[in-house]
Amino acid sequence: MARTLAPRGPTGLAASDRVPRRSQAGARWRSAAAYLALAAGGVVVVFPFAWMLATALKTPQQIFELKFWPSAPTLDNIRQVLLATQFPRWFANSLGVAAATTASVAFFDSLVGYTLAKLRFPGRDVIFIVILSTLMIPTEMLVIPWYIMSARLGWIDTYWGILFPGIMSAFGVFLMRQFMAGVPDELLEAARIDGLSEFGLFARIALPLVRPALAALCIFTFLGNWNAFLWPLIVIQTPEMRTLPVGIALFSGEAGSSWHLIMAASTLAVLPVLAVFALLQRQIIEGVVLTGLRS
Amino acid sequence: MPRPKSKRSSTTSGPSRRTSSAADSGAAGAGRPDRDAGVAVSGPAARTRRGLSLRARRTLSAYTFLAVPLGFFLAIRIAPAAGALVISLHRWNIVGTDQPFVGLANFREVLSDRQFWQAAANTLRYAAAGIPAQLALGFAAALLLRRAVRFRGFFRTVYFVPFVTPVVAAAWVWQWMYSPNFGPLAMIAGRLGLPAPLRTPALALYAITALVVWEYLGFQVVIFLAGLEAIPQVYYEAAAVDGARGWDLFRHITVPLLNATLVFSVVYATIVYLQLFTQVLNMTFGDPGGPLGNTATIVLYVYTLGFQRFHMGQAAAATVVLFAALLGVALLQLTVLTRRVEY
Repeated sequence: MARTLAPRGPTGLAASDRVPRRSQAGARWRSAAAYLALAAGGVVVVFPFAWMLATALKTPQQIFELKFWPSAPTLDNIRQVLLATQFPRWFANSLGVAAATTASVAFFDSLVGYTLAKLRFPGRDVIFIVILSTLMIPTEMLVIPWYIMSARLGWIDTYWGILFPGIMSAFGVFLMRQFMAGVPDELLEAARIDGLSEFGLFARIALPLVRPALAALCIFTFLGNWNAFLWPLIVIQTPEMRTLPVGIALFSGEAGSSWHLIMAASTLAVLPVLAVFALLQRQIIEGVVLTGLRS
Repeated sequence: MPRPKSKRSSTTSGPSRRTSSAADSGAAGAGRPDRDAGVAVSGPAARTRRGLSLRARRTLSAYTFLAVPLGFFLAIRIAPAAGALVISLHRWNIVGTDQPFVGLANFREVLSDRQFWQAAANTLRYAAAGIPAQLALGFAAALLLRRAVRFRGFFRTVYFVPFVTPVVAAAWVWQWMYSPNFGPLAMIAGRLGLPAPLRTPALALYAITALVVWEYLGFQVVIFLAGLEAIPQVYYEAAAVDGARGWDLFRHITVPLLNATLVFSVVYATIVYLQLFTQVLNMTFGDPGGPLGNTATIVLYVYTLGFQRFHMGQAAAATVVLFAALLGVALLQLTVLTRRVEY
């Protein structure tokens, strides 16, 4: 009985486990069960990666043996994908397109967000509503006009053609406006009096203060563009211009049942992303929370 | 809603940013009292060297900053959306040169196309299966993670990995896992007496849904965790003092206070599921949408119609219908889901 009451004291409340525990032993069991369930879920979540890697390291014959891990792992498949396809080119294309798009979104969205939040001028609210309303338009509705437009302007199968639809985002404008609103007016006014130009106020005063939001926007934009598939699939025509997702999809489609090669290509696409994620995981996850909850 | 990370304010920017910037502005103001006072007296009508009023100058710089972005949103978002409407009223074949006006004929053709309705029904089926699964699993995992103090960060990271994994690569890995005879998921299905999921019309859609749930689970967990952490601890303590127990606490504190998070999750997931394309195309690459079209989605329908059969007019009509549906869903969700938020 004494044991049951003990956790209800101030120490029980201070513990991060917020539900008052009925008994120490019961709590221990439930905690163990929680870890067990989480671990089981973790195995399910991670399994596809293990299966991908295992297949990528097998010879074509070993694929059809019922053995999970190859007895003699081989890097031949990886080598073959790197040498026989334009994989490095696709990787560079994706990197370039995603980086350029992210830089553009970071600059324009924060500038527009700042202008809409901190400058007072006629037409401001109308402009904000117009930009926000474009969020309602689904990409699918736009790809057909974009394609016709690109065909007329000669943008098909060019880098500009791949990235032009994404160089600004209404979501980013909305996000940055929210955060720019938190920049104190007195600070801007003081810097204005010191003779800083209007652009200087944005770039040197406001922007450094919203750096976490900006980082989150950059992460979201980069991820989105790194993964972009529908529009690149439509606008890209030659193998050299493919981005990584388009390259992987078309390569895998042509590879038939050469699963050792398809998985090698997937591994090559996944590993760099996992490496970056391992380095930046806290910033990435918190950035997602930051953008998610503010919207 | 309080910021979820306020506990670690020393590393995040929130509160510390506020104090430092307030200090800066105070210092700047104090350092130059003469200039500060000078402008405050002259006010907005003051003339600058160029002869423009401060207000006009500010308006000018605002529109200078906005010129390029406004041009972008008009030319790359609004005009193409209107363009889709125009195209949907014409017979628009990319190879032909003339595009005759055909009125609503494209809409009639799309709306009488059995494949369109099948794709629409499939899209709803994906959403109806995937969204509840994703929310329930994500919520369960978040609640478990609240209990698991020691490895919370580790598990959160592990669950989040699929969300940052390139979708196309993941779809091919899952297709291989479903491969009859050799794929582990097909083997498990076999043990359960089921046929190979991806090859079976009745199961294929749910096999693809599993991939989407796997992909978004970690995102959902992270969002729910942030929502749970934002609930003030004192509510639980007060309720506990009043004698409330586990389930009561959950029902009367956790669920209502998590409403905003739930609304966000449902709206976000709805947008994702109604626009499914990449996962479906890559998991059924040889025959997009499956031989009987039983995994095809609206977007896949639009893609095949517009970019493989080149019936741009009809495809545009289908996107206009999709747009109307998304708008309807958004309005419905706003009215239904936000009703209970005010607590």
